[in-house]
Amino acid sequence: MTKETSTAIKADQMFINFGPQHPSTHGVLRIALTVEGEVVIKARPDVGYLHRGMEKLFEARNYSQALVLTDRLDYTSAMHNNLAYCLAVEKLAGIEAPLRAQYIRVLVSELNRIASHLVFFGTFGVDMGAFTPFLYAFREREMALDLFEMLCGGRLLYSYMRVGGVSADLPPGWIEKCREFITFFKPRLKDYDTLLTSNPIFRSRTEGVGVIGAERAVSWGLSGPSLRGSGVNFDVRKNDPYCVYDKMNFTVPLGKTGCCFDRYYCRMLEMGQSAEMVLQCLDALSGAELNPGEVMAKGVPKMFKPAAGQAYAHVEASRGDLGFFAVSDGGLNPYRMHVRGPSFINVAILQEILAGCKIADVVAVLGSLDIVLGEVDR
Amino acid sequence: MGIVLDNLSKIETLPGGEIALATSDSLINWARTSSLWPLTFGLACCAIEMMAAYAARFDFERMGVFPRPTPRQADVMFVAGTVAKKMAEPIIRIYKQMPEPKFVIAMGGCANCGGPFYDSYSVVKGVDKIIPVDVYLPGCPPRPEALMYAVIKLQEKIRKMKVKNGSGATPLQATGSRKLS
Repeated sequence: MTKETSTAIKADQMFINFGPQHPSTHGVLRIALTVEGEVVIKARPDVGYLHRGMEKLFEARNYSQALVLTDRLDYTSAMHNNLAYCLAVEKLAGIEAPLRAQYIRVLVSELNRIASHLVFFGTFGVDMGAFTPFLYAFREREMALDLFEMLCGGRLLYSYMRVGGVSADLPPGWIEKCREFITFFKPRLKDYDTLLTSNPIFRSRTEGVGVIGAERAVSWGLSGPSLRGSGVNFDVRKNDPYCVYDKMNFTVPLGKTGCCFDRYYCRMLEMGQSAEMVLQCLDALSGAELNPGEVMAKGVPKMFKPAAGQAYAHVEASRGDLGFFAVSDGGLNPYRMHVRGPSFINVAILQEILAGCKIADVVAVLGSLDIVLGEVDR
Repeated sequence: MGIVLDNLSKIETLPGGEIALATSDSLINWARTSSLWPLTFGLACCAIEMMAAYAARFDFERMGVFPRPTPRQADVMFVAGTVAKKMAEPIIRIYKQMPEPKFVIAMGGCANCGGPFYDSYSVVKGVDKIIPVDVYLPGCPPRPEALMYAVIKLQEKIRKMKVKNGSGATPLQATGSRKLS
């Protein structure tokens, strides 16, 4: 905001509570806005309205029970949370999942990324005033959820992964159903482009709004599509591959300027890449070289005591770099479990980029960062 | 008028069929059950299932359930998710902002009793500790069909309401929200 614009329209300062009950905060985030007319001069995100004491609760559960809590962190991409937790505990206990389980893990992770980005696509459209994309996004999402339901019975929170593998092999007919879904889904990405991406109102509300430069994005510790929208090529799947991502053939979409539109479009392109990866996993899983039925490491008891020590594992979740830091004192329960939630770190940058925005842009910036409050507040 | 007459109970049509008589209760309750407008208010995981209920496959709107973003226009509040202690006060405020008659559906284990966070230091163990609840819906998270069932149960409850007993379904609602203990 330049000096000229602030003096051109003289207005008193006003304090606005954006949230915790607001349809565009995607949960219960509160942003304390100080505005002068239409221009935001100060913004302070206030988190903690969904603080559930998750990290403390981990200490009161054993390693198998704690898995259930991880679902409820980032509830739109529960598989990634499961995976990050399992990888951390497996590292701690020195367990390795069978290859088939690792392929299934990548498969469900990417499927979940599609489902999660579809929620983003739908809600971001609603935030920008376009309701129709929401209905399309959820139509496709329901199909992905049907696949998860076949797999583990859950629609939203799966607890499908286990320490040492996954809870069950793919049910009969699942691979064909999944292929059907991907064949249906891939042309839909073009529909989304016609529906929302090429919409002039949407473009003018997102392009050049909430610009985060590459340097600033790195210094605030952003990760995931919010970081890659600024053109920084960092993806845990490429930079620190886990499971079988080193065998996958995919590209990492990057934005240019780091505006809301770039972040949005990164996610849209990521969905296409995820669909490709799902197909690659399906090809590998339908072959005979990965022993069907072998989805759990042998001899992992339900209750186990990892040796005293610590381990950190991270995955590329839908919203960024999700890490679990597990400390064991040799007991049944974790001694300490810390979650590096990407949403929590991404939400911090709001205080810097919102200053100078118009009030209407607050929703655009917030929506484009795609935070989930379960992960922010934990 | 045909649909209206079919839906109203205790209806009497005079010979000739030009005048129909019904009790005011049945007329008011019919109107209330047919357009339950909930507050667009999601707390946690259950909110995503609530969104799914509004969306393409489940199409909540065919039941007259249409989300409103402000409590001043809402009839029913779906408490969809974990009620953290910090959120308790805003929830009471939102509840008080809703016009009578107002209803609350506690959606999911967390809103019922704390759910998987039953031993957490920062979670209100059930939203009924702070506001009166009409329908408890179990599940973690409940499916969208379950949410529809909860709305049907609430409609059944509303049909039994009587204007002379105050505006709410329960006596508690006539006196407003409970105090935080």
